Amino acid sequence: MNPLPWKNPARVAALEAALARRILVIDGAMGTMLQNYKLDEDGYRGERFARGHAGTHAHGHGPSCEHDVKGNNDLLTLTQPDIIKAVHTAYLDAGADLVETNTFNSTTISQADYHLEHLVPELNREGARIARECCDAAEARTPGQPRFVIGVLGPTSRTASISPDVNNPGFRNVSFDELATAYTQATLGLVEGGADVVMVETIFDTLNAKAALFAIETAFDTLGARVPVMISGTITDLSGRTLSGQTAEAFYYSLRHAKPLSIGLNCALGATELRAYVDALARIAECNVSTHPNAGLPNAFAEYDETPEHMASIIGEFARSGLVNLVGGCCGTTPAHIAAIAQAVRGVAPRKLPGIVEAAA
Amino acid sequence: MNQRYTRLSGLEPLVITPQLLFVNVGERTNVTGSAQFKKLIKEDRYDEAVEVARQQVANGAQILDVNMDEGLLDSEAAMVKFLSLIAAEPDIARIPVMVDSSKWSVIEAGLKCLQGKGVVNSISLKEGEAPFLEQARKVLRYGAATVVMAFDEKGQADSVERRLQICERSYRLLTEKIGFPPEDIIFDSNIFPVATGIEEHADNAVNFIEAAKELKKRFPDSHISGGVSNVSFSFRGNNPVREAIHSVFLYHAIKAGMDMGIVNAGAMPIYDDLDPELRERVEDVVLNRRADATERLMEIAERYKKGTKEKDNGGALAWRELPVAKRLEHALVHGIDQFVVEDTEEARKTVTRTLDVIEGPLMDGMNVVGDLFGAGKMFLPQVVKSARVMKKAVAWLLPFMEEEKKNSGAAGKSNGKIVMATVKGDVHDIGKNIVGVVLACNNFEIVDLGVMVPAQKILDTAIAEKADMIGVSGLITPSLEEMAHVAKEMKRQNFSIPLLIGGATTSRAHTAIKIEPNYETACVWVKDASRAVGVAQSLVSKELVDGFLAKVRAEYAEVRERHKHRGSGKRLVTLDAARANAAKFDWKDYTPPKPRKTGIMVFDDIPLTELLPVIDWTPFFQAWELHGHYPENLGDPVVGAQATELFNDAQKILKKIVAEKWLRAKAVIGFWPAARVGDDIEITLPLPQAPLGGEGWGEGATLHTNVALPKTDAPPPHPTLSPEQVQGRGLMLHHLRQQADKPVERPNLCLSDFIAPKEAGVADWIGGFAVTAGLGIEEHLERFHKDNDDYSAIILKALADRLAEALAEYMHRRVRKEFWGYASDETLDNEALIAEKYRGIRPAPGYPACPDHTEKATLFQLLNATNNAGIELTEGFSMYPAAAVSGWYFSHPDSQYFVVGKLTRDQVEDYARRKGWTLAEAERWLSANLDYDPD
Repeated sequence: MNPLPWKNPARVAALEAALARRILVIDGAMGTMLQNYKLDEDGYRGERFARGHAGTHAHGHGPSCEHDVKGNNDLLTLTQPDIIKAVHTAYLDAGADLVETNTFNSTTISQADYHLEHLVPELNREGARIARECCDAAEARTPGQPRFVIGVLGPTSRTASISPDVNNPGFRNVSFDELATAYTQATLGLVEGGADVVMVETIFDTLNAKAALFAIETAFDTLGARVPVMISGTITDLSGRTLSGQTAEAFYYSLRHAKPLSIGLNCALGATELRAYVDALARIAECNVSTHPNAGLPNAFAEYDETPEHMASIIGEFARSGLVNLVGGCCGTTPAHIAAIAQAVRGVAPRKLPGIVEAAA
Repeated sequence: MNQRYTRLSGLEPLVITPQLLFVNVGERTNVTGSAQFKKLIKEDRYDEAVEVARQQVANGAQILDVNMDEGLLDSEAAMVKFLSLIAAEPDIARIPVMVDSSKWSVIEAGLKCLQGKGVVNSISLKEGEAPFLEQARKVLRYGAATVVMAFDEKGQADSVERRLQICERSYRLLTEKIGFPPEDIIFDSNIFPVATGIEEHADNAVNFIEAAKELKKRFPDSHISGGVSNVSFSFRGNNPVREAIHSVFLYHAIKAGMDMGIVNAGAMPIYDDLDPELRERVEDVVLNRRADATERLMEIAERYKKGTKEKDNGGALAWRELPVAKRLEHALVHGIDQFVVEDTEEARKTVTRTLDVIEGPLMDGMNVVGDLFGAGKMFLPQVVKSARVMKKAVAWLLPFMEEEKKNSGAAGKSNGKIVMATVKGDVHDIGKNIVGVVLACNNFEIVDLGVMVPAQKILDTAIAEKADMIGVSGLITPSLEEMAHVAKEMKRQNFSIPLLIGGATTSRAHTAIKIEPNYETACVWVKDASRAVGVAQSLVSKELVDGFLAKVRAEYAEVRERHKHRGSGKRLVTLDAARANAAKFDWKDYTPPKPRKTGIMVFDDIPLTELLPVIDWTPFFQAWELHGHYPENLGDPVVGAQATELFNDAQKILKKIVAEKWLRAKAVIGFWPAARVGDDIEITLPLPQAPLGGEGWGEGATLHTNVALPKTDAPPPHPTLSPEQVQGRGLMLHHLRQQADKPVERPNLCLSDFIAPKEAGVADWIGGFAVTAGLGIEEHLERFHKDNDDYSAIILKALADRLAEALAEYMHRRVRKEFWGYASDETLDNEALIAEKYRGIRPAPGYPACPDHTEKATLFQLLNATNNAGIELTEGFSMYPAAAVSGWYFSHPDSQYFVVGKLTRDQVEDYARRKGWTLAEAERWLSANLDYDPD
C-alpha cells in the first residue's frame, strides 16, 4: 500500500461517508450526448484549431493541422468547453453524485491517432478542471449532496497482452512501459486539474490496467500525495470473460493489489447481461462494487434503445439484492436514464463490505 | 468469506485454500532444470517450448514456473518472448505464472507480461535489507506474490535455526515495513540433497521438514515451498529412485506444512504405490533413520533403474521364470503375445474347468491392467495390446469351453452386454473400436455392428441379444442428428436400457440439449475410452445405477437451463449486414491465375512412398488419446515411452503397407471456370455441345446426374442435379457466410469471396479434389480381426487416414506447383506444409469453412469421384473408404480457412432457397450451425 497521505483528506472522508450511507450514482455516457450536437470538423476544431492556421494557434505547427480531428471527443474539452460543461451539468441535475471527466482517450497512445500527443497534459488538466467547476456549482445549488470528479483513464486503443497479428501470437504493439509512461502523464494532469478520484475504466486487457495502476502509483510518488482509485472492467461478451480472456474473479484478483476504492464492470453489455458478473464481483470483493452498463445491447442499427425506466428497474434489482455501491450508465445512457437510476436506488441500502482482514501495516 | 487466502490468477482464479493441500508448480519450463527445454529455447524452437508448458498444465501443474537463466541467452528477451507466446494459449494462460530468475531485471521484465497475478521466484536478504525491500515494493506494485528464499547477507540457511531466523526477519520486514500481505509470502527455506555420502548432509531433508513445521505455526497465512528435485540430486540418472525420494519427501513435508512445491507434475508416483522395500529404504534416507541408510538405498537403487529398461536388456525374459499365473499377468500388463498360447495351455491343465483360467489368472491380469489404466499409469495403446493378448488366450480356450458346455451347459458370466455401432451415414469407427476393446478388457461382452448401421438394426440387435446397453458413435456432424433419431426411436419403442453417446463431434452440451430430451430414460455422453468403463460399470451395477443416472440427469438439466439463458454465445448480425461486410478484393489489378490445364485429371495408383514424407503424425497419436505434438511427444516424460512404442509398431506396419502394397492411393482433381454470384459460385461448363460419356465435368466432358450410393438402398435425400439445371445457367456451388458480429476491418467471410464476382468480368477458376488411400484395406483388417489383433487393425486404419491426409497435402502441393501452377517456385518443408504456410486453400465440405456436407454430392459429380477415385458417398455424405479427403481448391492469395459458425434464420432460409430445399431440410443439414431452435 502506498503510504502517502491523501491529497485532499476532507474530500475522501466525504466520499467514504456518502458511500457508507447510500448507493452513489455515477453519470452516464458522454459520447452519445455529444452526438446530439452534430458537430462537423470545424465544430471539433473550434476557434483554437481552426483550419488555415487562423486564430490563437496554441499548438506547434505540425502534421496535426492537416489531420481531421472530427470524432476526437476529448478535444472538445479545449475547443467547445461549454458543451462539455452542459453535459456534466445535465447529469448533475439528474442526480449524479460523481461525474466522469471527458478524458477517455486523453493519453498519448490514443491521441497519436490524431497526432495530438502534445495536448495530453492539457486535455487531462482541463478535463478535470471543467468537471470540478460543474461539481462545485452543483454542490452550491444542493449543499447536502457532495459531488465528486472522477478522473477517467481509458483503455487506450492498444492491448499489451493480445497480439494484433494472428500469425504472430508473441507480437505486441504496445509495451507495459509505454502504457505506464502514458498513464503517468494522464494521471498527473487529472489530479492537478482537481479530480477527487481516478478511475481506470473500460478495461478489456487487464495488463493495460496493471500498467495504469503502476503508473498511478508512480504519479502519486511524484505528487507526494494520493487520491482513491476506482477500477472498472469490461466483460466483452456472454462468455463472461474480458477481451484478454479473464473471468471476472481472475480480473479482480489481478488488480486487487491496488487496494481500490471500488471494483466494477461497465460497457459492452446491458445491465441484464452484466448481472451474473457483477454478482461474482460482489461475492468476492473486499472493496465497493460499481457498475455502469450500457443502455441494453445495440439494436440492428447499432443504437442503444433500452428505456430509462427499463434500465432503472434492472439496476434497482441489483441494489435491492445488495450487489452494488455505485451505479451509473455507459454507452447510450442519457440524463433521463441517470435520473431514473438515481430514483430506483434511492433509499436502498448499499452493499455491505465484507469484514476485511486488513494487512498488518 | 474473505479469509486471508492467497488469490492468484491467470485467465482463471487460483485461490489457495487449505483444501488444496498442495499446489503443484510445474518445473519443466525451466532452462536450469530441464535440458530439453533449454535446448528448445537455445535453438529458438519456441513453438515446441510452448508445448512443454501445455503438457505441464495438462499434467496438473497449478502454477507454471518459467526460468530462462542461462549464460548464453538474453534471459530478459527470452522471458518476454515465452510469456507473450503462452499468453496467447488459453489452456496454458489459465493458470498463474511463477517468474523465476536470480536476476531481478529478468523478473521485472516477466512481471510486465502478466495480466494475471503471478508469483516472483524469488527475492531474499542476500544483498541486504534495502534492495530486498525495494524489490518487494515493486512486487506489490506489479501485483504479484513472492517466494522469499531463506538466504541472507551471510549465506543460505541450512540449519533449522538459520531457516527460522531468516524467514522470521524477512517476514517482519515485509509485513511491518511495507505492508506486504502475509498470504502473498511463500517461504523457500532451501531443499538440499540427501544421500550424498557426506555426513553433514544426512539431516538435510529432516531439517527442512522440521523448519516447515515451525514456519507453518508462526506464519499460518504464508506458504512453504521449495524445488523438490534438489532433494534427490545424488541419484541423478536413476529416475525411478529419484521419483520415489520426491514422493516420500513430499509425503512428510506436506504433513509438516509444506503446501507448495516445484515438481515435475507428470512424474510423481503415489507414496502408497511405491515398492515397500524401496519406500522403506528411501524413508530411512529422507528421515535419516539409520546411519547406513544411504548405503542400503544404493544397494537396491540399481535394480530399480534396470527395472525401467527391462525390455532393452538381456534379462528381458526373466519373467518367464515366474509361476504361470504371474506370467499371464506379466504378458497382459506388458502386451506380450509371444508365449500366451503356451502359458494359457499350461494354466488350463491345472484347472478342472476351462473357464477358471479366464475367471482366474486372465481376469486377474486384466484387472491389474484396468486398475493401472484407471489410475493413469497405463495408456490406451498398452491397453489395446493387452486386449490382444487376452483375445488370443481366450481364442485358445474357446474350443475347450465349447466342449465342456456341451457336457454341462454352464456359461461364463460377463459384466454385461453392449451393442455398439457407428450410426447410419457414418463410416468412422477408430474411436468406437478402441472403446469396444477397452470395455471388452473389463469383461463386458461387446456386440459390434460395425459402421453405417441403421437405427432399427441397432435396436433389433439389442432386443435379440438382450443387451444391457447400447453405444452409438459417429464423427461427422450429420451423425449427431442420427443419434437423436436413435434416441427418439428407443423412446417410441419403449426401450428401457441406457444409450451411450460417443464420438469426436459429440459433446455433453449436445447430448443434454438435443439427444437426452428424446430419451429421458437413460442417455449418457461418454467423453473418451478412458471414461467408458466407469460409465458402463455404473450402469450395470444395481447399487450404483440409480444414483449415477440421477446425477447425469441433473447435470444435463442444468446444462439445458444454462443453454436457455445463455442467449447466443456470440452476437450475430443479419445476413444482409454480413454480406455488406464481405471480404472485398480488388479485381481490377489482380488477374486470377489460369490453371495450366482445365478439366479433370485422374491419378490411378500413386506410389505410397511419395506420401511418407508428407505425413502429419500428430493426429495419429491423438487417435490413441496420446496428446502432444509429434515428434516432441516421443520424448515426453509421461507419454513418451508409450508414444515411441506405438510409433515403432506403426512404422513396422507402414513398411508392410508400402512394401506389400496393402493399400492403393487414388486421386482425381479438376479445375473449372468459376464466378461468384451472391454467396454462391457458378461453374460454367465449358462445352455444352460436348459428346457424352466423358469422365466427369471437364473439358469435353459431360455430367453424371447421380452419385453412386451402393452402400445403402435408400434414395439420396438431397436433390440431384439435372442436366437442365446446369446447362444454360451453369452449376452452382453453395456456400455459407459468417454472421459473427466482427470488429471493424474484420470481414464476414464466405468462401465465394475468394472467387471473382461475375459482374467484374474477370476470368477465375475453382478446383476440386477427391483422394483416398484406403483402397484394399478390408482384407487386411479382416486378417487382423481373425487373428484377434485389434491393435494392429486400429493402427492400420489410423495409418490409412494419415496417408489419405498426406495424399491431399501432396496433391495440393502439385496443384499449386504444376497443375494450377501459380506457385511453381514454392519450396516448403513438411512442417511448413502442416502449418499451411502456402498460398491457396483446400477446404472440405462438412468442415468449418463450408459446413454443409451435402455439397459433396456436387463435388463428386464434377469429379465423377466414385468412378475415378473409387470413393463412394454414403447417404449421410460420409466417404467410403473412410480414409478419404475431398474438397475445393481456391487460389486467391488472401484465401484463408475460417469457421462459418452460427447462422441465423434469415441465412438458413436464403440458403434453403438457393439449394432448393424446404426450410426444414436446411435446418436438418445445418443443425450443428443453427443459432436458433427450429420450430
